[in-house]
Amino acid sequence: MLEQVLKGTKNYWRWIFFLSAIILLGFFYYLEQTSYGLGITGLSRNVTWGFYIAQFTFLVGVAASGVMVVLPYYLHDFKAFGKLTILGEFLAISSVAMCMLFIFVDMGQPFRIVNVFLYPSPESPMFWDTIALGGYLLLNVIISRVVLDSERKSIAPPKWIKPVIILSIPWAISIHTVTAFLYSGLAAKPFWMTAVLAPRFLASAFSSGPALLILMCLILKRITKFDPGKEAIQKLAIIITYAMAANIFFILMEIFTAYYSGIPEHIHHFQFLFVGLDGNTSLVPWMWISTILALSALIFLLVPSARRNEKTLFGICLAIFASIWIDKGLGMVVTGFIPTSLSEVADYWPTIPEILISLGVWAIGFFLITIFYKIALSVRREIVR
Amino acid sequence: MYDSGKILVGIIIFIGLFTSPIWYDLASGESSNKPNIILPTNEDMKECVASTEYMRASHMDLLNEWRDEVVREGNRIYTSPNGKEFEMSLTKTCTNCHYNKKEFCDQCHDYLGVTPYCWDCHVEPPKTESE
Amino acid sequence: MDENRRKFLKLTGLGALGLTAAKYADLFGNATPTKLAFDDSDTKIRFAMVIDLKKCLAKEDCILCIDACHKTHNVPDFGNPKDEIKWIWKEEYEHAFPNKENYYLKEELKHADVPLFCNHCDNPPCTKVCPTKATWKRDEDGIVMMDWHRCIGCRYCMAACPYGSRSFNWRDPRTHIKEISDDFPTRTTGVVEKCTFCDERIAKDLMPACVEACTEKALIFGDLNNRKSNIRKLLKENFSIRRKPGLGTEPEIYYIV
Repeated sequence: MLEQVLKGTKNYWRWIFFLSAIILLGFFYYLEQTSYGLGITGLSRNVTWGFYIAQFTFLVGVAASGVMVVLPYYLHDFKAFGKLTILGEFLAISSVAMCMLFIFVDMGQPFRIVNVFLYPSPESPMFWDTIALGGYLLLNVIISRVVLDSERKSIAPPKWIKPVIILSIPWAISIHTVTAFLYSGLAAKPFWMTAVLAPRFLASAFSSGPALLILMCLILKRITKFDPGKEAIQKLAIIITYAMAANIFFILMEIFTAYYSGIPEHIHHFQFLFVGLDGNTSLVPWMWISTILALSALIFLLVPSARRNEKTLFGICLAIFASIWIDKGLGMVVTGFIPTSLSEVADYWPTIPEILISLGVWAIGFFLITIFYKIALSVRREIVR
Repeated sequence: MYDSGKILVGIIIFIGLFTSPIWYDLASGESSNKPNIILPTNEDMKECVASTEYMRASHMDLLNEWRDEVVREGNRIYTSPNGKEFEMSLTKTCTNCHYNKKEFCDQCHDYLGVTPYCWDCHVEPPKTESE
Repeated sequence: MDENRRKFLKLTGLGALGLTAAKYADLFGNATPTKLAFDDSDTKIRFAMVIDLKKCLAKEDCILCIDACHKTHNVPDFGNPKDEIKWIWKEEYEHAFPNKENYYLKEELKHADVPLFCNHCDNPPCTKVCPTKATWKRDEDGIVMMDWHRCIGCRYCMAACPYGSRSFNWRDPRTHIKEISDDFPTRTTGVVEKCTFCDERIAKDLMPACVEACTEKALIFGDLNNRKSNIRKLLKENFSIRRKPGLGTEPEIYYIV
């Protein structure tokens, strides 16, 4: 199967080389970061988690979203998703790989990461997060390998894979819940310490992940012979509609409890996000863009003709992906620190090295997705005579 | 074998890359200097915390044990096999006698191409005899 | 693949898994027990510190404790707030005690410079979240310790601390230490650091460096479990406050206001 990666059109190779260039650039800046220290980023004593952890948090959501395709197909026999499940699993693998890389580049002493396993700390959500993510990666690697291999040989997959696939469903929910627990258990950060954080994470995951899946399917439909079918795309769009509605609902709930209770500790974070605090308006334009994108995406999704038109659906999914990337990334992680525990307004903005390293990791993720999808589609073409 | 020419070239390149640390070391010249350990000459610096054979083989293990005992257990006194008591400290005990890092520690470490990162944090002893 | 080769690989894999699993045999015995404060019957020591703000504020613009601590422990000075590392620092009263908003606060306390430390909480949120137990609460005396050998630099403890007591080495600290003290190591890039109640001095029955350096005797260090200790007496006779006690962290730095 792997040899399929080495055969491709001119455009395929142009894309691979483009991604490789970004990866090399990111790697070069990572070496700079290793020699200078994490001070090369915009992080500071007050804002200790920033762009890297924001990407990590967002991508755990995208990884978990594979379950939105696996669950209907395997638990409810929704045959229309038949062509998509392998793509969902490959998306999960690439996303988890990116998550782990973002954690790695964010560590002060990355080569000591093995200490997490040598000295297990069950009281720490971070310990459980490593186990959950590692396990999820393993599950998806096994599942995708076995299923694709069986497809290539035109036989049914072995019986033992079914319980493994069923296991991946609650496991997907748990990876994002544990990631939410990293934040929602901290008494020090009132912006994060809310019971609705885990449900919010899941709702935004199940909108942004399937949105990316639709985007990739529509692109693949254009450049290859792959066509998941109108029913599959439309069903995904409906799932996104419900998930996005829940996501926006949860955000509105947060805003209500903060503003109606009037507690300054809670209000200040939302003030920082939407109108600025003490002259710091760095995230204000971003949050308003995110809000407008989210609301307009949801409205368009609710209009059947817009949802069924694949051109508008493409735009809608882009809007959803961008909106949630802003909201969950910068909007959630950085805002937890501003204002600080001492009620001071701090400052944070990613630096050029930080952005380039992050782009390098994203490029690795897209590289993985490209070669995985290449393998999957090549296998499918082998079967279709 | 198909493509035997390409495969052989590939194997040779692989072996070259795989053994590159050896070439690097040879080229840097450090490994050609056999270790020439100079021990401290003072009368009160004659006895180490353990025997020479043990230290040669396991001083890293001893230091790791000391590290965990002091930092994690708060226990600072070490009783050597012959009953003498020492404070478990790299900089207060070990380098109190072995005060010249270049003539002692670095001799073997450089020869073997090892760079222990202890000195990133622990302050190197001054070259002259300590108080 | 050959059947025997497959079997061998499977067995090797399982064997490797089994060996690593043995490491986890004492998994659930590793959690740090949280001890409730005020257990007077204990013969264990419970170190704490009382800051007499009246005495401290009497000397204006004084940073003797900060200088002593940072010099003793090779804390670097980068000269910019982004990279700064501080074990002790001064903060305005309103920011040190943000939950004590009071527009009509006593005049001496308005915008007063309060020295802040690690609170060495009895129920520390930072030790709970550390994934490697590079920071933990010592059972024998309640000090929240740091192991700079084990820290992976994830900064979760910094996010969990409600008091901003922790600093991170964003750069190589050695470049910005004016005079490196031989008696204490420096740290390296990529680890979190904070006040450790001078555990290395306490081991020699010395007072913490800050306590010794204070000319006004405003810092009083002692054993809370010893009913006859100086700090117990001070706390009995003076009104004291702590930072954010409502969070349940049980901070052990008391301020006499």
